[in-house]
Amino acid sequence: MLISVKAGRFQKYITFFRMRFIGGLQYRAAALAGVVTQFAWGSLELLVYRALYEMSPEAFPMSIKELSAYIWLRQALLTLFMPWYYDNDIFASIRDGSIAYELSRPVNIYYMWFTRAMAGRLSRMILRCLPIVVVAVFVPEPYGLRLPKDVFCALCFLVTAFVGLVVVVAFSMLIYISAFYTVSTDGLRYLFSPVIEFMAGSLIPIPFMPEGVKRIVEILPFASMQDIPLRVYSGNMAGRELLIKAGLQLFWAVALIIIGRLWVHFAIKRVVVQGG
Amino acid sequence: MRLYVKFLGLHLKAALQYKLSFALSVLSQILVSFNTLLGILFIFNRFHRIKTYSLSEVLLCFSIILMPYALAEVIMRGFDTFASTIGNGEFDRILLRPRGVLLQVVCNKVGLNRFGRLPQAVLMLAYGIAKSGIVWDRLKIIALILMIFGGFIVFCCIFVIYASLCFFTLEGLEFVNVLTDGAKEHGKYPLDVYGRRVVKFCTYIVPYSLFQYYPFLYLTGRTDTAWYVFLPLLTSGFIVPCLLLWRYGLRHYKSTGS
Repeated sequence: MLISVKAGRFQKYITFFRMRFIGGLQYRAAALAGVVTQFAWGSLELLVYRALYEMSPEAFPMSIKELSAYIWLRQALLTLFMPWYYDNDIFASIRDGSIAYELSRPVNIYYMWFTRAMAGRLSRMILRCLPIVVVAVFVPEPYGLRLPKDVFCALCFLVTAFVGLVVVVAFSMLIYISAFYTVSTDGLRYLFSPVIEFMAGSLIPIPFMPEGVKRIVEILPFASMQDIPLRVYSGNMAGRELLIKAGLQLFWAVALIIIGRLWVHFAIKRVVVQGG
Repeated sequence: MRLYVKFLGLHLKAALQYKLSFALSVLSQILVSFNTLLGILFIFNRFHRIKTYSLSEVLLCFSIILMPYALAEVIMRGFDTFASTIGNGEFDRILLRPRGVLLQVVCNKVGLNRFGRLPQAVLMLAYGIAKSGIVWDRLKIIALILMIFGGFIVFCCIFVIYASLCFFTLEGLEFVNVLTDGAKEHGKYPLDVYGRRVVKFCTYIVPYSLFQYYPFLYLTGRTDTAWYVFLPLLTSGFIVPCLLLWRYGLRHYKSTGS
Protein backbone atom coordinates (compact mmCIF):
# COMPACT_ATOMS: atom_id res chain seq x y z
CA MET A 1 0.00 0.00 0.00
CA LEU A 2 2.66 2.41 1.10
CA ILE A 3 4.79 1.49 -1.87
CA SER A 4 2.01 2.09 -4.37
CA VAL A 5 1.32 5.50 -2.85
CA LYS A 6 4.97 6.35 -3.20
CA ALA A 7 5.02 5.18 -6.81
CA GLY A 8 1.91 7.22 -7.51
CA ARG A 9 3.53 10.26 -6.04
CA PHE A 10 6.46 9.95 -8.37
CA GLN A 11 4.24 9.12 -11.32
CA LYS A 12 2.65 12.56 -11.55
CA TYR A 13 6.00 14.28 -11.94
CA ILE A 14 6.90 11.85 -14.71
CA THR A 15 3.67 12.86 -16.42
CA PHE A 16 4.54 16.56 -16.17
CA PHE A 17 7.94 15.69 -17.59
CA ARG A 18 6.43 13.80 -20.54
CA MET A 19 3.95 16.55 -21.38
CA ARG A 20 6.67 19.17 -21.68
CA PHE A 21 9.05 16.83 -23.41
CA ILE A 22 6.61 15.91 -26.18
CA GLY A 23 5.59 19.56 -26.51
CA GLY A 24 9.19 20.57 -27.02
CA LEU A 25 9.72 18.02 -29.77
CA GLN A 26 7.24 19.86 -32.01
CA TYR A 27 9.61 22.65 -32.96
CA ARG A 28 11.58 20.80 -35.63
CA ALA A 29 12.08 23.63 -38.15
CA ALA A 30 13.37 25.94 -35.44
CA ALA A 31 15.76 23.20 -34.38
CA LEU A 32 17.15 22.82 -37.89
CA ALA A 33 17.83 26.55 -38.17
CA GLY A 34 19.39 26.38 -34.72
CA VAL A 35 21.72 23.57 -35.71
CA VAL A 36 23.08 25.57 -38.65
CA THR A 37 23.59 28.60 -36.40
CA GLN A 38 25.32 26.68 -33.68
CA PHE A 39 27.58 24.87 -36.09
CA ALA A 40 28.69 28.12 -37.73
CA TRP A 41 29.21 29.71 -34.32
CA GLY A 42 31.31 26.79 -33.09
CA SER A 43 33.44 26.76 -36.25
CA LEU A 44 34.26 30.46 -36.05
CA GLU A 45 35.17 30.15 -32.40
CA LEU A 46 37.43 27.21 -33.09
CA LEU A 47 39.12 29.08 -35.96
CA VAL A 48 40.12 31.86 -33.55
CA TYR A 49 41.65 29.37 -31.17
CA ARG A 50 43.45 27.71 -34.07
CA ALA A 51 45.03 31.06 -34.95
CA LEU A 52 46.03 31.52 -31.30
CA TYR A 53 47.37 27.99 -31.11
CA GLU A 54 49.54 28.42 -34.19
CA MET A 55 51.12 31.51 -32.62
CA SER A 56 51.80 30.25 -29.11
CA PRO A 57 50.77 26.68 -28.26
CA GLU A 58 52.64 26.92 -24.93
CA ALA A 59 50.13 29.44 -23.57
CA PHE A 60 47.24 26.99 -23.95
CA PRO A 61 45.74 25.82 -20.62
CA MET A 62 44.30 22.73 -22.33
CA SER A 63 45.27 20.77 -25.43
CA ILE A 64 43.71 21.74 -28.75
CA LYS A 65 41.95 18.34 -28.90
CA GLU A 66 40.38 18.92 -25.49
CA LEU A 67 39.35 22.42 -26.48
CA SER A 68 37.76 21.20 -29.72
CA ALA A 69 35.69 18.63 -27.84
CA TYR A 70 34.75 21.33 -25.31
CA ILE A 71 33.54 23.80 -27.95
CA TRP A 72 31.64 21.29 -30.12
CA LEU A 73 29.95 19.67 -27.19
CA ARG A 74 29.01 23.06 -25.75
CA GLN A 75 27.29 23.90 -29.03
CA ALA A 76 25.57 20.50 -29.14
CA LEU A 77 24.31 20.82 -25.58
CA LEU A 78 23.59 24.56 -25.78
CA THR A 79 19.85 24.23 -25.22
CA LEU A 80 20.43 21.93 -22.27
CA PHE A 81 22.59 24.34 -20.30
CA MET A 82 21.74 27.79 -21.65
CA PRO A 83 21.22 30.10 -18.70
CA TRP A 84 18.83 32.48 -20.47
CA TYR A 85 16.12 29.98 -21.41
CA TYR A 86 12.94 30.21 -19.35
CA ASP A 87 9.58 28.51 -19.61
CA ASN A 88 7.24 31.40 -20.38
CA ASP A 89 4.17 29.40 -19.37
CA ILE A 90 5.32 29.58 -15.76
CA PHE A 91 5.64 33.36 -15.81
CA ALA A 92 2.30 33.62 -17.57
CA SER A 93 0.60 31.47 -14.94
CA ILE A 94 1.84 33.80 -12.21
CA ARG A 95 0.76 36.90 -14.11
CA ASP A 96 -2.68 35.80 -15.22
CA GLY A 97 -3.57 33.99 -12.02
CA SER A 98 -3.92 30.48 -13.37
CA ILE A 99 -1.39 29.63 -10.71
CA ALA A 100 -4.40 29.33 -8.41
CA TYR A 101 -5.41 26.11 -10.16
CA GLU A 102 -1.93 24.75 -9.96
CA LEU A 103 -1.75 25.49 -6.25
CA SER A 104 -4.97 23.63 -5.64
CA ARG A 105 -3.58 20.47 -7.22
CA PRO A 106 -2.11 17.86 -4.91
CA VAL A 107 1.41 18.43 -6.21
CA ASN A 108 4.41 20.26 -4.94
CA ILE A 109 4.63 23.29 -7.17
CA TYR A 110 8.41 23.49 -6.89
CA TYR A 111 8.97 19.99 -8.21
CA MET A 112 6.25 20.39 -10.83
CA TRP A 113 8.00 23.42 -12.27
CA PHE A 114 11.35 21.75 -11.85
CA THR A 115 10.42 18.70 -13.92
CA ARG A 116 8.75 20.87 -16.55
CA ALA A 117 11.78 23.13 -16.93
CA MET A 118 14.06 20.11 -17.14
CA ALA A 119 11.90 18.39 -19.77
CA GLY A 120 11.75 21.55 -21.89
CA ARG A 121 15.53 21.73 -21.97
CA LEU A 122 16.02 18.02 -22.64
CA SER A 123 13.59 17.88 -25.56
CA ARG A 124 15.19 20.88 -27.25
CA MET A 125 18.61 19.36 -26.75
CA ILE A 126 17.59 15.98 -28.22
CA LEU A 127 16.54 17.65 -31.49
CA ARG A 128 19.70 19.68 -31.89
CA CYS A 129 22.40 17.57 -30.32
CA LEU A 130 22.70 14.71 -32.78
CA PRO A 131 23.20 16.62 -36.08
CA ILE A 132 25.91 18.79 -34.52
CA VAL A 133 27.69 15.82 -32.96
CA VAL A 134 27.60 13.83 -36.21
CA VAL A 135 29.08 16.66 -38.25
CA ALA A 136 31.62 17.57 -35.58
CA VAL A 137 32.90 13.99 -35.44
CA PHE A 138 33.90 14.25 -39.11
CA VAL A 139 35.84 17.49 -38.70
CA PRO A 140 39.51 16.52 -39.26
CA GLU A 141 41.85 15.98 -36.31
CA PRO A 142 42.67 17.71 -34.00
CA TYR A 143 39.70 20.01 -34.48
CA GLY A 144 36.98 17.38 -34.41
CA LEU A 145 34.89 15.94 -31.62
CA ARG A 146 36.29 12.65 -30.37
CA LEU A 147 34.70 9.98 -28.23
CA PRO A 148 35.62 10.16 -24.55
CA LYS A 149 38.84 8.48 -23.47
CA ASP A 150 37.20 5.42 -21.89
CA VAL A 151 33.92 4.14 -20.50
CA PHE A 152 34.67 5.52 -17.04
CA CYS A 153 35.19 9.01 -18.48
CA ALA A 154 31.89 8.72 -20.37
CA LEU A 155 30.09 7.68 -17.19
CA CYS A 156 31.59 10.57 -15.23
CA PHE A 157 30.46 12.90 -18.01
CA LEU A 158 26.89 11.62 -17.85
CA VAL A 159 26.75 12.02 -14.08
CA THR A 160 28.26 15.53 -14.02
CA ALA A 161 26.09 16.59 -16.97
CA PHE A 162 22.99 15.49 -15.08
CA VAL A 163 24.02 17.31 -11.90
CA GLY A 164 24.93 20.32 -14.05
CA LEU A 165 21.45 20.32 -15.53
CA VAL A 166 19.99 20.19 -12.02
CA VAL A 167 22.11 23.21 -11.03
CA VAL A 168 20.96 25.21 -14.08
CA VAL A 169 17.31 24.41 -13.47
CA ALA A 170 17.56 24.98 -9.71
CA PHE A 171 19.06 28.40 -10.42
CA SER A 172 16.39 29.28 -12.97
CA MET A 173 13.78 28.30 -10.36
CA LEU A 174 14.96 31.25 -8.28
CA ILE A 175 14.10 33.54 -11.20
CA TYR A 176 10.66 31.92 -11.56
CA ILE A 177 9.97 32.39 -7.86
CA SER A 178 11.04 36.03 -7.99
CA ALA A 179 8.14 36.56 -10.42
CA PHE A 180 5.84 36.28 -7.39
CA TYR A 181 7.27 39.59 -6.21
CA THR A 182 7.95 41.63 -9.34
CA VAL A 183 5.20 40.63 -11.83
CA SER A 184 7.54 41.30 -14.75
CA THR A 185 10.86 39.51 -14.54
CA ASP A 186 12.07 40.83 -17.90
CA GLY A 187 14.39 43.39 -16.37
CA LEU A 188 15.86 40.88 -13.96
CA ARG A 189 16.44 38.35 -16.72
CA TYR A 190 17.91 40.93 -19.09
CA LEU A 191 20.32 42.05 -16.43
CA PHE A 192 21.49 38.69 -15.14
CA SER A 193 21.69 36.69 -18.36
CA PRO A 194 24.88 38.27 -19.77
CA VAL A 195 26.62 38.10 -16.40
CA ILE A 196 25.70 34.46 -15.81
CA GLU A 197 26.58 33.59 -19.37
CA PHE A 198 30.04 34.95 -18.91
CA MET A 199 30.65 33.25 -15.59
CA ALA A 200 29.37 29.92 -16.93
CA GLY A 201 32.13 30.04 -19.53
CA SER A 202 29.87 30.57 -22.54
CA LEU A 203 32.05 33.32 -24.00
CA ILE A 204 35.48 32.00 -23.26
CA PRO A 205 36.00 28.61 -21.62
CA ILE A 206 36.76 29.00 -17.92
CA PRO A 207 40.28 27.49 -18.22
CA PHE A 208 41.20 30.42 -20.50
CA MET A 209 40.35 33.09 -17.93
CA PRO A 210 43.17 34.85 -16.06
CA GLU A 211 44.25 32.98 -12.91
CA GLY A 212 42.72 35.34 -10.32
CA VAL A 213 39.36 35.56 -12.07
CA LYS A 214 39.36 31.83 -12.70
CA ARG A 215 39.83 30.99 -9.03
CA ILE A 216 36.72 32.98 -8.06
CA VAL A 217 34.56 31.89 -10.99
CA GLU A 218 35.31 28.21 -10.40
CA ILE A 219 33.79 28.30 -6.91
CA LEU A 220 30.55 29.98 -8.00
CA PRO A 221 27.55 27.84 -8.96
CA PHE A 222 27.76 28.99 -12.60
CA ALA A 223 30.92 26.94 -13.20
CA SER A 224 28.99 23.88 -12.01
CA MET A 225 26.57 24.26 -14.89
CA GLN A 226 28.30 23.39 -18.17
CA ASP A 227 32.00 23.86 -17.57
CA ILE A 228 32.54 20.77 -15.39
CA PRO A 229 30.79 18.17 -17.60
CA LEU A 230 32.42 19.60 -20.75
CA ARG A 231 35.87 19.43 -19.21
CA VAL A 232 35.24 15.90 -17.97
CA TYR A 233 34.22 14.78 -21.45
CA SER A 234 37.21 16.40 -23.11
CA GLY A 235 39.56 14.71 -20.65
CA ASN A 236 40.74 18.01 -19.20
CA MET A 237 39.45 17.12 -15.74
CA ALA A 238 40.07 13.78 -14.10
CA GLY A 239 41.18 12.08 -10.90
CA ARG A 240 41.33 14.10 -7.68
CA GLU A 241 40.29 17.36 -9.33
CA LEU A 242 37.22 15.68 -10.78
CA LEU A 243 36.26 14.31 -7.38
CA ILE A 244 36.51 17.73 -5.71
CA LYS A 245 34.65 19.51 -8.52
CA ALA A 246 31.88 16.90 -8.59
CA GLY A 247 31.48 17.36 -4.83
CA LEU A 248 31.22 21.12 -5.26
CA GLN A 249 28.69 20.62 -8.04
CA LEU A 250 26.58 18.38 -5.85
CA PHE A 251 26.78 20.92 -3.05
CA TRP A 252 25.44 23.69 -5.31
CA ALA A 253 22.65 21.47 -6.65
CA VAL A 254 21.46 20.64 -3.14
CA ALA A 255 21.96 24.18 -1.82
CA LEU A 256 20.06 25.80 -4.69
CA ILE A 257 17.18 23.35 -4.34
CA ILE A 258 16.94 23.98 -0.58
CA ILE A 259 16.99 27.76 -1.09
CA GLY A 260 14.38 27.48 -3.82
CA ARG A 261 12.07 25.28 -1.80
CA LEU A 262 12.25 27.49 1.28
CA TRP A 263 11.65 30.59 -0.82
CA VAL A 264 8.69 29.12 -2.67
CA HIS A 265 7.25 28.11 0.68
CA PHE A 266 7.31 31.73 1.90
CA ALA A 267 6.34 33.23 -1.44
CA ILE A 268 3.19 31.14 -1.77
CA LYS A 269 1.97 32.25 1.63
CA ARG A 270 1.68 35.80 0.41
CA VAL A 271 0.14 35.00 -2.96
CA VAL A 272 -3.11 36.86 -3.46
CA VAL A 273 -5.02 35.81 -6.53
CA GLN A 274 -7.13 38.73 -7.57
CA GLY A 275 -10.26 36.95 -8.74
CA GLY A 276 -11.36 37.16 -12.36
CA MET B 1 12.43 61.89 -42.72
CA ARG B 2 10.15 64.27 -40.78
CA LEU B 3 7.76 61.38 -40.35
CA TYR B 4 10.58 59.27 -38.93
CA VAL B 5 11.54 61.92 -36.36
CA LYS B 6 7.93 62.17 -35.31
CA PHE B 7 7.69 58.40 -34.82
CA LEU B 8 10.96 58.42 -32.92
CA GLY B 9 9.49 60.91 -30.46
CA LEU B 10 6.37 58.79 -30.02
CA HIS B 11 8.38 55.63 -29.34
CA LEU B 12 10.61 57.43 -26.87
CA LYS B 13 7.60 58.70 -24.94
CA ALA B 14 6.08 55.24 -24.85
CA ALA B 15 9.28 53.58 -23.65
CA LEU B 16 9.80 56.11 -20.90
CA GLN B 17 6.46 55.15 -19.37
CA TYR B 18 8.20 52.05 -17.98
CA LYS B 19 11.32 53.68 -16.65
CA LEU B 20 12.84 50.87 -14.62
CA SER B 21 12.27 48.19 -17.23
CA PHE B 22 13.68 50.51 -19.89
CA ALA B 23 16.77 51.30 -17.83
CA LEU B 24 17.40 47.63 -17.08
CA SER B 25 17.12 46.54 -20.69
CA VAL B 26 19.48 49.33 -21.78
CA LEU B 27 21.93 48.23 -19.11
CA SER B 28 21.75 44.62 -20.21
CA GLN B 29 22.53 45.58 -23.82
CA ILE B 30 25.59 47.38 -22.55
CA LEU B 31 26.62 44.34 -20.53
CA VAL B 32 26.41 42.09 -23.58
CA SER B 33 28.94 44.16 -25.51
CA PHE B 34 30.98 44.58 -22.35
CA ASN B 35 31.20 40.78 -22.21
CA THR B 36 32.82 40.79 -25.64
CA LEU B 37 35.31 43.42 -24.53
CA LEU B 38 36.11 41.41 -21.41
CA GLY B 39 36.56 38.32 -23.58
CA ILE B 40 39.12 40.15 -25.73
CA LEU B 41 41.01 41.42 -22.68
CA PHE B 42 41.07 37.94 -21.12
CA ILE B 43 42.36 36.33 -24.32
CA PHE B 44 45.10 38.94 -24.62
CA ASN B 45 45.99 38.43 -20.99
CA ARG B 46 47.13 34.96 -22.00
CA PHE B 47 48.21 35.49 -25.60
CA HIS B 48 49.99 38.63 -26.72
CA ARG B 49 49.11 38.50 -30.35
CA ILE B 50 46.50 36.90 -32.57
CA LYS B 51 48.04 36.29 -35.99
CA THR B 52 49.92 39.55 -36.37
CA TYR B 53 47.42 41.72 -34.53
CA SER B 54 48.10 43.32 -31.18
CA LEU B 55 45.57 44.12 -28.45
CA SER B 56 45.20 47.76 -29.45
CA GLU B 57 44.56 46.81 -33.05
CA VAL B 58 41.89 44.28 -32.11
CA LEU B 59 40.25 46.85 -29.82
CA LEU B 60 40.14 49.31 -32.71
CA CYS B 61 38.67 46.67 -35.01
CA PHE B 62 36.04 45.71 -32.43
CA SER B 63 35.06 49.32 -31.80
CA ILE B 64 34.78 50.05 -35.51
CA ILE B 65 32.42 47.14 -36.06
CA LEU B 66 30.35 47.85 -32.94
CA MET B 67 29.47 51.33 -34.20
CA PRO B 68 27.60 50.49 -37.45
CA TYR B 69 26.02 47.49 -35.75
CA ALA B 70 24.63 49.65 -32.94
CA LEU B 71 23.33 52.20 -35.44
CA ALA B 72 21.69 49.59 -37.66
CA GLU B 73 20.14 47.82 -34.72
CA VAL B 74 18.44 50.95 -33.41
CA ILE B 75 17.11 52.02 -36.79
CA MET B 76 16.22 48.63 -38.24
CA ARG B 77 14.54 47.21 -35.16
CA GLY B 78 11.23 46.99 -37.05
CA PHE B 79 12.83 44.43 -39.36
CA ASP B 80 14.36 42.51 -36.50
CA THR B 81 10.92 41.92 -35.00
CA PHE B 82 9.23 41.57 -38.37
CA ALA B 83 8.00 38.02 -37.71
CA SER B 84 5.65 39.29 -35.01
CA THR B 85 4.51 42.18 -37.22
CA ILE B 86 3.36 39.64 -39.81
CA GLY B 87 2.07 37.23 -37.19
CA ASN B 88 -0.28 39.64 -35.44
CA GLY B 89 -1.69 41.12 -38.62
CA GLU B 90 -0.10 44.53 -38.12
CA PHE B 91 1.51 44.25 -41.53
CA ASP B 92 -1.93 44.24 -43.17
CA ARG B 93 -2.56 47.63 -41.62
CA ILE B 94 0.77 48.88 -42.94
CA LEU B 95 -0.13 47.81 -46.47
CA LEU B 96 -3.35 49.81 -46.29
CA ARG B 97 -1.68 53.12 -45.49
CA PRO B 98 -0.66 55.46 -48.31
CA ARG B 99 3.05 55.54 -47.45
CA GLY B 100 6.04 53.45 -48.49
CA VAL B 101 6.11 50.01 -46.93
CA LEU B 102 9.82 50.03 -46.11
CA LEU B 103 9.58 53.42 -44.40
CA GLN B 104 6.64 52.28 -42.31
CA VAL B 105 8.38 49.13 -41.17
CA VAL B 106 11.35 51.26 -40.15
CA CYS B 107 9.06 53.63 -38.25
CA ASN B 108 7.03 50.83 -36.74
CA LYS B 109 9.54 50.03 -34.05
CA VAL B 110 12.64 51.82 -32.88
CA GLY B 111 15.12 49.77 -30.94
CA LEU B 112 15.20 52.16 -28.03
CA ASN B 113 16.36 49.51 -25.61
CA ARG B 114 19.28 49.02 -27.96
CA PHE B 115 20.04 52.69 -27.60
CA GLY B 116 22.48 51.94 -24.79
CA ARG B 117 24.88 50.51 -27.31
CA LEU B 118 25.30 53.83 -29.12
CA PRO B 119 27.06 55.84 -26.39
CA GLN B 120 28.97 52.69 -25.55
CA ALA B 121 30.01 52.29 -29.18
CA VAL B 122 31.11 55.94 -29.26
CA LEU B 123 33.13 55.50 -26.06
CA MET B 124 34.67 52.28 -27.35
CA LEU B 125 35.58 53.97 -30.62
CA ALA B 126 37.23 56.85 -28.78
CA TYR B 127 39.11 54.35 -26.62
CA GLY B 128 40.07 52.24 -29.62
CA ILE B 129 41.35 55.27 -31.54
CA ALA B 130 43.25 56.61 -28.55
CA LYS B 131 44.91 53.24 -27.91
CA SER B 132 45.66 52.47 -31.55
CA GLY B 133 48.73 54.68 -31.89
CA ILE B 134 47.87 55.27 -35.53
CA VAL B 135 49.14 58.46 -37.10
CA TRP B 136 45.97 59.87 -38.60
CA ASP B 137 46.14 61.56 -41.95
CA ARG B 138 43.30 62.63 -44.19
CA LEU B 139 43.00 59.32 -46.02
CA LYS B 140 42.91 57.29 -42.82
CA ILE B 141 40.12 59.44 -41.39
CA ILE B 142 38.18 58.90 -44.61
CA ALA B 143 38.86 55.17 -44.27
CA LEU B 144 37.43 55.13 -40.74
CA ILE B 145 34.27 56.99 -41.77
CA LEU B 146 33.76 54.80 -44.82
CA MET B 147 34.22 51.65 -42.76
CA ILE B 148 31.42 52.71 -40.43
CA PHE B 149 29.26 53.73 -43.38
CA GLY B 150 29.84 50.45 -45.23
CA GLY B 151 29.15 48.44 -42.09
CA PHE B 152 25.91 50.29 -41.55
CA ILE B 153 24.78 49.49 -45.10
CA VAL B 154 25.66 45.80 -44.80
CA PHE B 155 23.98 45.32 -41.41
CA CYS B 156 20.85 47.14 -42.60
CA CYS B 157 20.74 44.92 -45.69
CA ILE B 158 20.96 41.78 -43.57
CA PHE B 159 18.07 42.97 -41.42
CA VAL B 160 16.06 43.44 -44.63
CA ILE B 161 16.99 39.91 -45.76
CA TYR B 162 15.92 38.56 -42.40
CA ALA B 163 12.54 40.27 -42.69
CA SER B 164 12.10 39.22 -46.32
CA LEU B 165 12.58 35.58 -45.37
CA CYS B 166 9.74 36.02 -42.87
CA PHE B 167 7.35 36.42 -45.80
CA PHE B 168 7.98 32.77 -46.62
CA THR B 169 8.48 31.21 -43.22
CA LEU B 170 6.26 33.44 -41.04
CA GLU B 171 8.78 33.04 -38.25
CA GLY B 172 12.26 34.42 -37.83
CA LEU B 173 15.07 32.19 -38.99
CA GLU B 174 17.66 31.80 -36.32
CA PHE B 175 20.58 31.30 -38.69
CA VAL B 176 20.35 34.91 -39.89
CA ASN B 177 21.62 35.74 -36.38
CA VAL B 178 25.01 34.43 -37.45
CA LEU B 179 25.10 37.21 -40.05
CA THR B 180 24.13 40.01 -37.63
CA ASP B 181 24.95 39.08 -34.05
CA GLY B 182 27.61 36.63 -35.16
CA ALA B 183 29.27 39.20 -37.42
CA LYS B 184 29.39 41.72 -34.59
CA GLU B 185 30.71 39.11 -32.17
CA HIS B 186 33.28 37.52 -34.48
CA GLY B 187 34.06 40.71 -36.42
CA LYS B 188 36.05 41.87 -33.41
CA TYR B 189 39.04 40.16 -35.01
CA PRO B 190 40.22 41.14 -38.51
CA LEU B 191 38.74 38.48 -40.76
CA ASP B 192 41.97 36.81 -41.89
CA VAL B 193 42.26 35.42 -38.35
CA TYR B 194 39.58 32.94 -39.42
CA GLY B 195 41.52 31.80 -42.45
CA ARG B 196 41.41 32.41 -46.19
CA ARG B 197 38.14 30.66 -46.86
CA VAL B 198 36.23 32.86 -44.41
CA VAL B 199 37.75 35.97 -46.00
CA LYS B 200 36.63 34.76 -49.44
CA PHE B 201 33.11 34.08 -48.17
CA CYS B 202 33.02 37.51 -46.57
CA THR B 203 34.16 39.19 -49.77
CA TYR B 204 31.98 37.54 -52.41
CA ILE B 205 28.89 36.25 -50.56
CA VAL B 206 28.26 38.66 -47.70
CA PRO B 207 30.54 41.70 -48.09
CA TYR B 208 31.91 42.05 -44.56
CA SER B 209 35.55 42.18 -45.52
CA LEU B 210 34.89 45.13 -47.83
CA PHE B 211 34.27 47.36 -44.84
CA GLN B 212 36.25 45.52 -42.21
CA TYR B 213 39.27 43.56 -43.39
CA TYR B 214 40.64 45.42 -46.44
CA PRO B 215 40.33 49.01 -45.17
CA PHE B 216 41.62 47.84 -41.79
CA LEU B 217 44.80 46.61 -43.50
CA TYR B 218 45.36 50.11 -44.80
CA LEU B 219 44.43 51.71 -41.49
CA THR B 220 47.03 49.72 -39.58
CA GLY B 221 49.67 50.32 -42.23
CA ARG B 222 49.86 46.69 -43.40
CA THR B 223 49.38 47.73 -47.00
CA ASP B 224 49.93 50.86 -49.05
CA THR B 225 47.18 50.08 -51.52
CA ALA B 226 45.21 53.29 -51.10
CA TRP B 227 42.15 52.18 -53.05
CA TYR B 228 41.32 49.71 -50.25
CA VAL B 229 40.04 52.79 -48.44
CA PHE B 230 37.17 53.12 -50.90
CA LEU B 231 36.14 49.46 -50.90
CA PRO B 232 33.39 50.07 -48.29
CA LEU B 233 31.54 52.07 -50.96
CA LEU B 234 31.12 48.85 -52.92
CA THR B 235 28.84 47.51 -50.19
CA SER B 236 26.12 49.70 -51.70
CA GLY B 237 25.91 47.04 -54.40
CA PHE B 238 24.63 44.66 -51.73
CA ILE B 239 21.46 46.76 -51.46
CA VAL B 240 20.26 45.62 -54.90
CA PRO B 241 19.81 41.87 -54.23
CA CYS B 242 18.36 42.67 -50.80
CA LEU B 243 15.69 44.97 -52.21
CA LEU B 244 14.91 42.45 -54.94
CA LEU B 245 14.41 39.77 -52.31
CA TRP B 246 12.19 42.14 -50.33
CA ARG B 247 10.10 42.94 -53.42
CA TYR B 248 9.80 39.27 -54.27
CA GLY B 249 8.75 38.45 -50.71
CA LEU B 250 6.23 41.27 -50.66
CA ARG B 251 4.57 39.94 -53.80
CA HIS B 252 4.52 36.52 -52.21
CA TYR B 253 2.90 37.81 -49.02
CA LYS B 254 -0.34 36.27 -47.83
CA SER B 255 -1.96 37.59 -44.71
CA THR B 256 -1.94 35.26 -41.74
CA GLY B 257 -5.53 36.30 -41.23
CA SER B 258 -5.21 37.28 -37.60
